[in-house]
Amino acid sequence: MFDIPIQALMGQLLIGLINGSFYALLSLGLAVIFGLLNIINFAHGAFYMMGAFGAYLLLEKLGLSYWWALLVSPVVIGALGIVVERTMLARLYKLDHLYGLLLTFGLALIIQGLFRNAYGATGLPYAIPEQLQGGQNLGFMFLPNYRGWVIIASLAICLATWFVIEHTRLGGYLRAATENPQLVQAFGINVPRMITLTFGFGVGLAALAGVMAAPIYQVSPLMGADLIIVVFAVVVIGGMGSIMGSIITGFGLGLIEGLTKVFYPEASTTVIFIIMTIVLLIRPAGLFGTQK
Amino acid sequence: MTSAASPSSPAPAASTAAIGLREQDQARTHRLVFVIMLVILIGAPLVGVYPVFMMKVMCFALFACAFNLLLGFGGLLSFGHAMFIGSAGYAAAHSAKVWGFTPELAVLFAALCAGALGWVTGLLAIRRQGIYFAMITLALAQMVFFFSLQAPFTGGEDGIQAVPRGHLFGLVDLSQPLAMYAFVLVIFVAGFALIYRIVHSPFGQVLQAIRENEPRAISLGYDADKFKHRAFVLSAALSGLAGGTKAILFQLASLTDVHWGMSGEVVLMTLVGGMGTIFGPVVGAAVIVTMQNYLAELGAWVTVVQGSIFVVCVLAFRRGIVGELGHWLKKSL
Repeated sequence: MFDIPIQALMGQLLIGLINGSFYALLSLGLAVIFGLLNIINFAHGAFYMMGAFGAYLLLEKLGLSYWWALLVSPVVIGALGIVVERTMLARLYKLDHLYGLLLTFGLALIIQGLFRNAYGATGLPYAIPEQLQGGQNLGFMFLPNYRGWVIIASLAICLATWFVIEHTRLGGYLRAATENPQLVQAFGINVPRMITLTFGFGVGLAALAGVMAAPIYQVSPLMGADLIIVVFAVVVIGGMGSIMGSIITGFGLGLIEGLTKVFYPEASTTVIFIIMTIVLLIRPAGLFGTQK
Repeated sequence: MTSAASPSSPAPAASTAAIGLREQDQARTHRLVFVIMLVILIGAPLVGVYPVFMMKVMCFALFACAFNLLLGFGGLLSFGHAMFIGSAGYAAAHSAKVWGFTPELAVLFAALCAGALGWVTGLLAIRRQGIYFAMITLALAQMVFFFSLQAPFTGGEDGIQAVPRGHLFGLVDLSQPLAMYAFVLVIFVAGFALIYRIVHSPFGQVLQAIRENEPRAISLGYDADKFKHRAFVLSAALSGLAGGTKAILFQLASLTDVHWGMSGEVVLMTLVGGMGTIFGPVVGAAVIVTMQNYLAELGAWVTVVQGSIFVVCVLAFRRGIVGELGHWLKKSL
């Protein structure tokens, strides 16, 4: 068990960190949306997939590079999210929150089905941008530049989101509206608009993760479907009460998954669910959550 | 689904006598609809409906009814019911094929296995409520999916194929279509009757009370978690009954049934038919299975259509077909 070469170990840890970056970005978006809208966005995986397809299509149809895609794809998909929120989700706020889950589940099916009709189930390749090709030899391992970039960029995005929500005035409004929307509205803040923009932001975050994932995983219509279930488990483990909690849990579970791939590969697909089970037994509210 | 369920079931604001009358009236309606359903189920193959299709509908109808027991009457949205129908399929297929169980034993064994799985997963899932409950059941089901993918006895991607239908009680050959049809029909009717009985038992009433107002039910001295857990186990075992029957019917247990898509499908059936209604899931299952039959050649469009039905149902049609009908007739069906 302990004769595993350091390269293999580091390689898996790196993959774990990459996966963790996406777990963190997606669970962060879910947590932000959940905080304000009280719904779990089942279509989050579908929006992530659309982000990746956005990058692919921008390159193929319009010749726009990866860097443009990083900007355009999240903005467009985020805008689409805003349309979804305004036309559909907004009608459900007075109902049980589970209807939001059912609606977004239906949306996810529609989006995935449409993309599968158009592009088939096989993955489409997306080249790593020129500037990030090649890699660094760190002595103990070889770090491809692009993977290093993904880890650093997603960490930066996560921390920036955390900073905005926890330490700025806007974030203060947001947190206040999470606690008591009526009161915040009474203070003259346009809460419905804030809800809409928050949903758009969360969806945009998912699309951004999708763009970053495009060169690593293949762009395929189902790339988000299985991922989102793992992210749900991540969210249950972390508890959605804390932004920093989502980030730490996301990266941490990615690492644990990577380690499992080294030491006991058979369990690598289930380890996160097993951890979820243990957390539910010991701390049902999640590691960073508070039971309401 | 506390707030959602209340508008669909009119609050009985009348006196106890009126409630008694209403209940009698309701029981009469249910008996009538039940007889109609039975006539359709027995008569359909006689007028030329493909029997395998009818049997498939009955399997899914039982599955949806079992699911509805949890969602419609317990207010618990499980997004992981695929694990029960799927693992029960494996249990029935394995026990019939490898251990040589007779079909009725295989199906019972399947229900038992699913019930046991429900006992364990239920204990975990009821630790959280609402949306978390849905996410936890989904995650647990995904774990069962990966387990089924890797476990030696499930046959991985191939599933367990060529499961013998066997001889019922060692006597009646189920490879005869008529015998098989009767077998599925009896299981469906028995399962349906059991669910009806559960819903109208004191246990079912407490369950609905918990759905409507959990703190109040607790303050009345009911252990809400225990009731929810029992409902979960019952729902799991009955789903297993459906899954076992389905495996014997199609002589196949495969990964499709454990996949999260199946969990979504049963939610859809219940939603379309009308959650919290007695007959809704049966109608919903019939509608969805029919739709899949006709749209099968369209490939991925099936998912698009299913997703669209989800969206339409949630936005505009929350009572479902039977719920809407019952609302129109001013009867709870």
